[in-house]
Order: sequence, then structure tokens, then C-alpha cells
Amino acid sequence: MTATRLAWLLLAVAVGLAALGLAAGSEGWSFAWHDEMNLITAIRAPRTLGALLAGALLGLAGALSQGLFRNPLADPYLMGSAAGASLGVVLVLAAGGLLGQEIGLAAASSLQRVGLVGAAFLGALAGMTLTLALAGGAGRPMTLLLGGVVVGVLLTALSDLLILASPEALRGRQIFLLGTTSFFGWPAVAALAAALAVSLPLAVALARVLDALVLGESSATSLGLRLSRLRLALVAVVALATGAAVAHAGLVAFVGLVAPHLVRRVVVVRHGALLALSTLAGAVLLLAADVAARSVMAPRELPVGLLTAVLGGSYLLLLLRQRSRL
Amino acid sequence: MSPVLLAAQDLSLVLGGRAVVDQVSLQLQGGQTVAIVGPNGAGKSSLLRLLAGLREPDAGQVQLLGRALGEWPARDRAQQLCWLSQQGEADGDIAAQDVVRLGRLPRQGLFGSLDAEDSAAVQQAMAETECKAFATRRLRDLSGGERQRVLLARALAVGASVLLLDEPVTHLDAPHQRALMRSLAARARSGHAVAAVMHELTLALTADRLLVMDQGRLVADGPPADAALRAALVQVFDGAFSIERLDTAAGVRWVSLPQL
Repeated sequence: MTATRLAWLLLAVAVGLAALGLAAGSEGWSFAWHDEMNLITAIRAPRTLGALLAGALLGLAGALSQGLFRNPLADPYLMGSAAGASLGVVLVLAAGGLLGQEIGLAAASSLQRVGLVGAAFLGALAGMTLTLALAGGAGRPMTLLLGGVVVGVLLTALSDLLILASPEALRGRQIFLLGTTSFFGWPAVAALAAALAVSLPLAVALARVLDALVLGESSATSLGLRLSRLRLALVAVVALATGAAVAHAGLVAFVGLVAPHLVRRVVVVRHGALLALSTLAGAVLLLAADVAARSVMAPRELPVGLLTAVLGGSYLLLLLRQRSRL
Repeated sequence: MSPVLLAAQDLSLVLGGRAVVDQVSLQLQGGQTVAIVGPNGAGKSSLLRLLAGLREPDAGQVQLLGRALGEWPARDRAQQLCWLSQQGEADGDIAAQDVVRLGRLPRQGLFGSLDAEDSAAVQQAMAETECKAFATRRLRDLSGGERQRVLLARALAVGASVLLLDEPVTHLDAPHQRALMRSLAARARSGHAVAAVMHELTLALTADRLLVMDQGRLVADGPPADAALRAALVQVFDGAFSIERLDTAAGVRWVSLPQL
């Protein structure tokens, strides 16, 4: 399959899923859209768009991490960046609680939202830096993975400690444990869209660095690339994409791992196209999970992060099995 | 005498208290193929990395085209000097032809695109190493020999005046070894300086000049016809082979013969 054809296919699936997303309600499917216009514009449309955008950001962050760390198993969830982002958000929520200013995640003001995304961004940066420091660089894939898991556990424990100290943060915190798409409103959609509008073009512009890294770090340097600087820029883009997604959707696992894998399975492309297609694939995956989470147990709703954790986790197991056989 | 393209003065590199490269001075001229030989751990690859500017030496300096390596802007330097690593490092899902195109990155820059000259260089390099047949396959899915040909094409595509290659013939079968040696000789004849770390001694003995290394030191430097050089070569390898003279229609050849 060609990259263009895959892009069209993913777009078509995204449109189809979006239609389902607008129709999926707590009382089953309803395609009589004009009767439910208020419901759709107030709840289902922002939720559907938000799921697409958050999934896109996670897909992008995953593809970037895999190229940057030369590790097919890299993923924001496994690299400590998502846990760091979530700690950043909990910190802000706790601080809000201390100041007597309770921040609701669904109804945060735009200033609060900037604060949340900013804190998540810094947290993601810190998480990745810790992981890299612990693993002694990105040289050994399995060590890096292990470092990411350790950092994830550590930062999550810190978040828990904060919540014990500041129960006000608890209400918002629950979503980060599970990952959810149910808090998306129009302000969240705007913030996610802005983050994607910044991170995707930056990532694609730097894609050739990831191509060169295929040869190894020394060879990339010998091609005249100033790797330390470029790597920093790429880490910042990963942190922005992860931070924005986590600040709004919490710890949604494995979308970032699976999206680039599915793309690579189907097409042979350079990183420019891989990043764009993984962004699309991430959008499709998270929206599919969201629609499923809303409908399988309707009128009750599954946390979407639970669904992606089970499906994505099984996929990771499969990958590890394949790798160990090689 | 051809111009000196790369010159090293008293290069030393100390790792873990051991002099991995010990006061090595050498010059690489255009028009010459140079084989760097020596036993495992002699410091060949480390020397190559120092010459390529990928490691800072603890002492000494390297000059490329009369200018210290450190003074070159990274991209300009990468256009003049190409380094090929041992194979292990390269791995990924991009297509073979995209790997070869990376050789033009120093000219294009990060945001440029291939022009006609770039495409011609890429096509030429892929033809020389015969990797057009699998141009669209993933690097990861290629065999060891195919992969090496792709990585070689990447190095040749740069069109640099100085080529530093670490074990370029690894994994290659005899016809492709021959093709590579011819390519390198042709590059040298057109004025480039080519230096390659080699383990296959009979191939190394076809180079214009050999650098013999042992325990970080450059112990001999000269053409294979030089009897002292051949003696040094046999000695650093502990007499594991002898070097025999063979008079052929094409001239004198030197071959290594294992001493079992």
C-alpha cells in the first residue's frame, strides 16, 4: 500500500468513527441528529473531536519517541513522560486546592488550562530526562524501557503522596489513573488543537534527523547534524504533545506505542510520512476506543484508558514475544 | 606529489587508563587507497573516529584540507569527509534507497530536497554497490551483505574528498568485494583519499599503502612492496601467516598465506 492510500483510508475511517461518535449516547445509537442538536454540540461533538486530537497527539509522541530513541518499544506511557505529565497536573490541582481555588478539569478557565498544559509539559520533560539519566542514554532499548517503567512507578507514587496530602486534588486525579475522554469540552478541543498545530509541523520539519538516526548516532553526527541540539528540540516536541494529551485525557496507555507500529506494518516510509500517518492512526485508535467505551456497556461507560491498556498491553506482549524470538 | 587532504599530528586517545591510540601521525593524500590493518584491539577503529572528528583526542590534532577539524562548520565538514561505521549500529524500517539518500544530507541540509545532482550521485552509488534490486525494501529486512552494500552506497553518495571506512568489506561475497575495491580505487584515481580498516589481508595488500597498527601505535606505514612493512605486518599478527610474492600478468601481487 502507498502512504497516500493509507492516509485516505485512515481519514475515511476517522470520518466514519466521528459519525458514530456523534451518534453514541447513553441510550444507545441515534442518528436522528437534528433532534439532538443541543446534545451533540454541547457534549458529543467536543468529545469526539477531543478524542481524535488527543489520540493524534499520542500517536505523534509515540512515533517521535520511537525514532528519537531508536527503540520500537518507546511510548509516552512507557518512557516516564506521561507519568511526569500527570504528576505536573496533580501538582497544579493540589496547589489550586491549597489556595482554595478548586480547578475542575472539565470547566477549567483558559488561564487554568494553560497552567495545566504547561505543568504537564514540564512534568513530561522531567520524566523523560529522568528515564534517560537512569538508563544511561538511549543506547540500550530494554534498559531504556526498564528505566521508563521505574520512573513511571516513582512519579505515580509521588502523585499518590500528593493526593494523600491534598484530598482536594483527588476528584480530578481519578481520571489520570484510568485515562478518560469524558471531560472534553470545547475549551479542551481548542487547547488540544493548538498543541497539535504547533507540534506536528515542528515534528515533520525535524523528521530527517530521525531518518539519519537510523544509521546510528555517530553516523548521524558524521553527516553534519548537531545532534545534542536537535535531540533537545525533538524531546521538547514529544513533551508538548504528551503534556497536552495527558493534561486533558489523563494516562491513556499504549496509543502512542501501537499507532506507529500499525503504520510501519503497512507501509515503508521515511519519518516525515511516518509521523503524519501515526498522528492520523493515533486519532483513529483513540476515537475507536472512545466509541467502544461509550457503547459496549451503555448506559454505563468504560474508562477509555482501561480499554486501550488491555488492547495495547496485549499488543505489547505480542511484540515482546516476537522480539525475543528474533 | 598529490595534495595532503587529511593530516594527523601526534594523536593520542586514552580510555580506561590505556592509550588506545598512542602518538599517531599520518597524512592521507588524494589519489591513494590506504588499508589500516592490525590485530583486534590495535586501535584501528578508534583512530578512524579521531580522524573523522567523532571523538576528541586527548592530545594532537587533525587537519582537513589544511584547516583544523574543530574549525569546520559541521555541514561543510560532512561534505568533505565521510565516515562509515561498522555495520552493527544501523537498523530501521526506512527503505534502502532512503538510506542511500541520507548521504546527500550534508549538501541538502535538514530542510532542503534532492536536486538533479543529488539524485545522480545516489543512483551512481547504488549502481556501484549493486543495490538497486532491493532499493524499496526495508533496511531491517535485508541480509547482512545487502545491508552493507546499502550502507556503502550511502557513504559513496556523499561524494566527499576523504573517505574513512571501518571494515567496508564485512559480509560481502567475493564479487561484491571486488566491485567495492574497484570503486574505491576509482575514487582514489579521481583525486579522493580513501582509508579503510581491513581484516582480509590479501585484499588489504592490494591497497596503494598500508598502515600497520599494534597496541595503539602506528608501527609501519608504506606500500606493500616495502619489505620492512611486510615484515612488520607478519610480526604484529604473531606470524599467523606469511606474505608471498606472486608474479601475474597484471604485475606483482602480494598474498597472505595462513601458517597452520
